Amino acid sequence: MATENAGGGPVEYIQHHLTNLSVGEGFWTLNIDTLFFSILLGALIVFVAMRIGRGLRAETPNGLQNAAEGILEFVDEQIRDSFGSRAPKIIAPLALTILLWVWLMNFMDLIPVDLLPAIASGLGVEYLKVVPTTDLNTTLAMALFVFILTIYYSIKVKGLGGYIKMFLFHPFGKFLIPINIVMTAIDELAKPISLALRLFGNMFAGELVFLLIALLTLGATISASLLIWFPLQVVLDMAWIAFHILVITLQAFIFMVLTIVYIGMAHTLDDH
Amino acid sequence: MSISITLLAQLIAFVLMIWLVNKYLWAPLSALMEARRKKIADGLSASERGKHELKLAQERSTELLREAKDKANDIIAQANSRSNQILEEARNNAKTEAERIVAQANAEIDREVNRAKEELRAQVADVAATGAERILKREVTDKDHESAISDLIARI
Repeated sequence: MATENAGGGPVEYIQHHLTNLSVGEGFWTLNIDTLFFSILLGALIVFVAMRIGRGLRAETPNGLQNAAEGILEFVDEQIRDSFGSRAPKIIAPLALTILLWVWLMNFMDLIPVDLLPAIASGLGVEYLKVVPTTDLNTTLAMALFVFILTIYYSIKVKGLGGYIKMFLFHPFGKFLIPINIVMTAIDELAKPISLALRLFGNMFAGELVFLLIALLTLGATISASLLIWFPLQVVLDMAWIAFHILVITLQAFIFMVLTIVYIGMAHTLDDH
Repeated sequence: MSISITLLAQLIAFVLMIWLVNKYLWAPLSALMEARRKKIADGLSASERGKHELKLAQERSTELLREAKDKANDIIAQANSRSNQILEEARNNAKTEAERIVAQANAEIDREVNRAKEELRAQVADVAATGAERILKREVTDKDHESAISDLIARI
């Protein structure tokens, strides 16, 4: 599994794997690999959706349409659980996009960690980070959009006055206004940040474990110790993949559900 | 690894993805499923309605059948009574007619008898007159005449 461009020891190997292919400097850095893979996976979703859309049949749905209907119904159920029937129109496509896209981006984690970077280096690309959700930019971008939506719907439902009132009087009533402002601000800001960091952290850690497992035989030469390390690596890799299938699905699901819940909370008129 | 302009790019990509997923996956599929749901619900309610209507129609048909039977029975009974009535009437008519004919005949007979009696009486009177003439040719007295006439009258 070891690649030729990772000959400089474990630290360099891991650092190499955690470096994005990017252009620009500082804030103006554009992570090409993150964008490439997320847009590629997005295009895959749209492509499959268009294929399903072409052959839509109400009476005799085929396999792909059945699968899509199942997922759609599942998402719809989650939405109905927290909204009832008065969900805004954007919430369903938003939740569906999160579920499918995040799941696919997470799925990139299951591709052997050195496979795509090795191919890329063969093509002359030095760095490649294949899992878009291990880039904080991706998860934070989605979380920020959800955050913007929660603010929008909060103001839309409660009114601007109601929204400000929530900051002023929320946890402790009208005598502790300064504390209330701080508490509510933390409360509100914690939502997108936890949303982004949870997904990022899980995926990043998963990727790191894959890298550590790959390290077992890194730069190994043909020797007797390989008889121990190689089977161990295979077994550990399989075990972690099996576990990680659950993790990527769970994380995509959690991101979706929390999005629905946050926007749903923005719709509740509480009398605090 | 740090926050950069990539975030903005991903944000744009995310919004675009939501739009695309809505356009190509959610909107057509949910519209289809909604239409199917409605169709199934409509079909079920239509079948329910059909069943109900069938039940009503059956009830009405048995009702009609019973009414028709009743009516037929009525008509038969009416016809029977009417025929009896006609028969009775005819019988009565015949009886009265017969009585009338009999009465007429009786009257005719009576008239004939009277007429015969009148004739006879006239002839008797004639005979009496002739007899009287013949008697008178010989000897006529008032007394004889008188007694003969009264005798004749008494005998008529």
